[in-house]
This record gives sequence, C-alpha cells and structure tokens, in this order.
Amino acid sequence: MDTIHACFKEKIGEVLLPGDVFSFRLPESGDGSIKTEKIICGPGLRRNGEEVQVCKSGILRHKQPNMYWIDSQQRRYVPAKGESVIGVVTSKSGDIFKVDVGGSEQASLSYLAFEGATKRNRPNVQVGDLVYGQFTIANKDMEPELVCIDSCGRANGMGVFGADGLLFKVSLGLVRRLLAPQSEIIKDLEKIFPFELVVGMNGRVWVKAKTVQQTLIVTNLLETSENMTSQQRQTLFKRVAEGSL
Amino acid sequence: MRDTPLSNCERRFLLKAVEEKKRLDGRQTYDYRNIKITFGTDYGCCIVELGRTRVLCQVSCELVPPKDSRPTEGIMFFNLELSPMASPAFEPNRQSELLVMLNRQLERCLRNSKCIDTESLCVVSGEKVWQIRVDVHVLNHDGNLMDAASIAAISALSHFRRPDVAIQGRDITVFSPEERDPIPLSIYHMPICVSFAFFLQGSYLLVDPCEREERVKDGLLVIAMNKHREICSIQSSGGIMLLKDQVLRCSKIASVKVSEITELINKALENDRKIRKEGGKFGFAESMPKERITALKRDEAPVEMTDVKETASEINILRSVSSPVLVAMGTAQVGEGIVNSWGLDEDEEDEPQTEDTKTDEVMVISDSEEEEVVILNEEAQ
Repeated sequence: MDTIHACFKEKIGEVLLPGDVFSFRLPESGDGSIKTEKIICGPGLRRNGEEVQVCKSGILRHKQPNMYWIDSQQRRYVPAKGESVIGVVTSKSGDIFKVDVGGSEQASLSYLAFEGATKRNRPNVQVGDLVYGQFTIANKDMEPELVCIDSCGRANGMGVFGADGLLFKVSLGLVRRLLAPQSEIIKDLEKIFPFELVVGMNGRVWVKAKTVQQTLIVTNLLETSENMTSQQRQTLFKRVAEGSL
Repeated sequence: MRDTPLSNCERRFLLKAVEEKKRLDGRQTYDYRNIKITFGTDYGCCIVELGRTRVLCQVSCELVPPKDSRPTEGIMFFNLELSPMASPAFEPNRQSELLVMLNRQLERCLRNSKCIDTESLCVVSGEKVWQIRVDVHVLNHDGNLMDAASIAAISALSHFRRPDVAIQGRDITVFSPEERDPIPLSIYHMPICVSFAFFLQGSYLLVDPCEREERVKDGLLVIAMNKHREICSIQSSGGIMLLKDQVLRCSKIASVKVSEITELINKALENDRKIRKEGGKFGFAESMPKERITALKRDEAPVEMTDVKETASEINILRSVSSPVLVAMGTAQVGEGIVNSWGLDEDEEDEPQTEDTKTDEVMVISDSEEEEVVILNEEAQ
C-alpha cells in the first residue's frame, strides 16, 4: 500500500534530473484489497502511463498529504491561470490595454476589469503604468487575459499602483520563497526598516521605502539573497541593520 | 522577441536617483564596474566583462592583394555584431541605429587613430598584404557596449600573433606556428573609448551607464583616448547642448580612466604571456570559476559498495552467463553468437572446409564486413 509513497519518500530532498522515472510495483500479496491512492504531481513531474517521469531538474519536495513537485531554478515566466503578476501597460487600443508580463505574448486587460469601472467611468491607466492583476485565461494557444478584480467584483489590492518605487526582476524560485506564508526573508527584512513590497509571480518585484537610498538597499538585498544560505543572509542583514543610513 | 518596456515609475525613480547622485548598484558617479579581461587558447581571442556586459573579440589575418590606392599598406577590417543572445531587443539581421553607431565609432577609434602600423603588414608591395580582421560579438548587453567593445578590440589586437613570412624574389613562404614563432602586430598606442551619459538636459552625468540608466539618458558623449592623453575621437549623440567646460571636464575624467584601463590590459597580457611561457594552462576554461550556482548545490553522495560482489554474483547465477572459451591464441569467445537470420542464401553454398588449421594461426571469428580485420597484440605471448 505504501509502495508509491515509499518510492517518492526516499528521494525527497534529492536532486533529480529529467528522465528519472518512478515506476511502481503493485504489491504481490494477493489479499485482494488494493487501496487506491491519489497522488498529486506538481510542476516538473509528469505521468506517463504506469510511471511518473521527471521533466525538470531540481529538488523533489513534498507537502502533506500527497503533493509532490520539483523545485527548480528558472527566470523565464510562463503564464498560468490564477497567478497574480505585475505587468507594464504598453498600449491602449479601444477597449483593452496590452500589458507586458514577461511571457512570450502580451496579455490583454479590459478596461472594465477594474473595481468600479463602467462604460462611462473609465479607469485612469496610462501607458507605462504598473498593474497588479490575475490571469483568467492563460494557456499556450491563446493570448493570456488579465483582470484586476476578483470574482466578487472587489479590487482586493489589485489594479494600478506604484507612483514611486523601483521595479526589478528576480528568479521565480526567489519569488515563491518570498510569497510563502512564513517567509523568513521578509521577516528578516522587516527588522531593518519599513518599506512597501509588491511581488508578482512573473519574477517582478516592486519596492518602495522612505528614501531612494533605502529603496536601493532593499533592492540589492533581495537580489543577493537569492544565492545565499539563510545563515549568510542573516549575517548580511544584521550588518546592514547596524550600519544602515 | 520584444524587450521589456520601461515603466513610468522606473523612469521617475532612476531620474530621482540620478539627481541625488545615487546609482542602482551603489557606485559613485565616476566609477566603472569591474572589468575582467580573459584570453583564449588561440592568439587574438579575448572576452571582456564589464559588470554583466560581456563582449567577445576575435582577430584573424589573411593574405590578400592590397587596395589600388595604397599598395604598400595592409588592410584592417572591423565588424561588430549584436546577436539576440545579448538582449531580447536585438533581432537577427536587422540594421539598427545602435549597430551602425557602434560600428562607426569602433572604426573611427581604431582606424583613424592609426594605432596599428599598416606599413608593417605589407609583404610584397602591390601584390600581397596582410588583411587583419577584427570581429566583435556582444554576448550580453547590460549597458555601455562601446567601452567594452573597444577594450576587447584593442586587447585582442595586442594579443594577436600573425604567421611569419619569408620572401625570396617573388615567392612567399608562410610558416606555420610550429615552424616559426608567430609575430605580434606593431601597435603604437592603445585608444580606449569612455562613455558619458547625460541626464535632465545635461545637468547630470554618469560614467559607464548600465542598461537601465542608458534607457533614461538624454544624450551620450564618447571620448576615445590613449594613455598619453591624446584624444583620438569625440562623438556626441542625442542632440543635447554641452558646455565647453563640461566637455573639458569629461576629457579630464576620461584620461584618468583610460590610464587605469590600459594598465589593466597590460597586466592581463603580461599574465597570459607568463602562463604560456611556463607551460601552464591558459584559455577560457581556466579563467571561469567553478561552482557558481550555490542555492541548489548538494554535497557528494557516497555510493554503497559493500554488497556489490554479492549482487554481481547473484546476477551471474540468474542469467547463467557462460565463461569465456579460448578458441585459439589471442581469440576467445563468450557465449554463442546469434545465427544470422536474414537468410542470405547465396552465401550458404558449399565452402571448402579446410581441416588443417594450424594451432598457432589466429582464427578470425568476427562477422565484420571489413576487408581486413586487424587483431592487436598478434605477436604477444
């Protein structure tokens, strides 16, 4: 019964390469009661008949009760439905805005997809503004569509933002670490000085602090904390906090 | 592919930072990024890294007839290419303004300054001269391509060695590098370009702009100079109005920077020469640091070797592998070969069976269709 979980369990935390295969042997005891288990294969794992194949290189991770995925380094973003991203408005044409989200196609954003927007009351969006929105349609055959309201019609933090502040790009792995519920990086950063932070799943991060210098410090800290262990990161943050301007 | 557009808030932030004299990576206004110069195994191949901007330059030479107007001079040919690898904004085979500007500036800096003695490239006057070709490829664009390209070009030219020639009457013999040592080019001086970016109608300037700073600049001033404080070329683009004392100030800054960079190039050339003479390893592979990506790095995992022997013998028993049969001296056979089942009927006619095989003659069992099957160690014990 536990063969499937056992197969995965021994590889949790190990580096796997594309082409590695998990094949399962059904238990040979003929007691007739084969329990079916459900396993959710996350990104990087793909089912191929009776086997599960690895298609991205990275570390195998597990979340209770039955979710497994491959944690990999990547900077190129592929739009996926439901993800919240930061986009830059590139053009306005008629009823829709074209927004660049870092994928292969530009996403389209309708002017009615803002809170309180009607045909008479258009939102104040200019070319070059930053928007934070969610994907409603994002598959590989059509251009993706963004909206800035949730299913109830409320903005919920989405929409145009960022009069000041700095936008920069990081890898997708760092973005996921920042968005984790108990992110250590955010907790460590908070202790240094207050700042505003918007994180998009397409690898774009927007930061604003009181002065230009502080904004630049936060930007550089986030960019360098990508390749550091938590030990190194905490010593670095402590040094900055003591000598901070 | 299109390049990411610059958002309004980034533009505002960058201009505000310039006003407060702050740069994105913490440099001062007149600071250059880290310059790293590495040479390849061939003579004349050089990679320059200016921060994250990477540029590769390759110098090569060829014997050609000279130009009619200058029969006693060699020919220099410059070519700079922007590949899409450098930035998503570059499309292949597209003649953009940036490409034309970079090519023109590189030619002006190196050709018009007469830094290379072209008379020494002449082999037979009016018939054969050396054509030196300098190819610069941009590998990564993070701002300030002009400086990186000029540093790469002059370093590669100083590193390059052309083959030695001997002339007897009308016959020219070109020696290969093994026969005679190749000769370096005769270079009088090293012109290097220094770029200044101007912001907010010329009130603020930055040296060595990175890619985002370049996007919000108003104008660009490029000064090509050598370490003897001789200006080889000045070019101003962007249509900004510059005051006389601004240009003088820039040239003073440029002379300081150029002397530092020339020293760096000379040190790199000296290092490379030393390593080659001592016979050590040189080239790009040696200069790249190992173990770059550290976030997902794992320690080496030891492999369990204790029960390998038992496992191997188990497999042997399971599959019943036969032990090798010694057919004749120098030839052994493991297992029976598979019979050819393709049914080539004409080969199955009667072949004269020679019964008298000598014992010390080596039998050839292989089915290969080669005419001669060579068996190694024929005369061994």
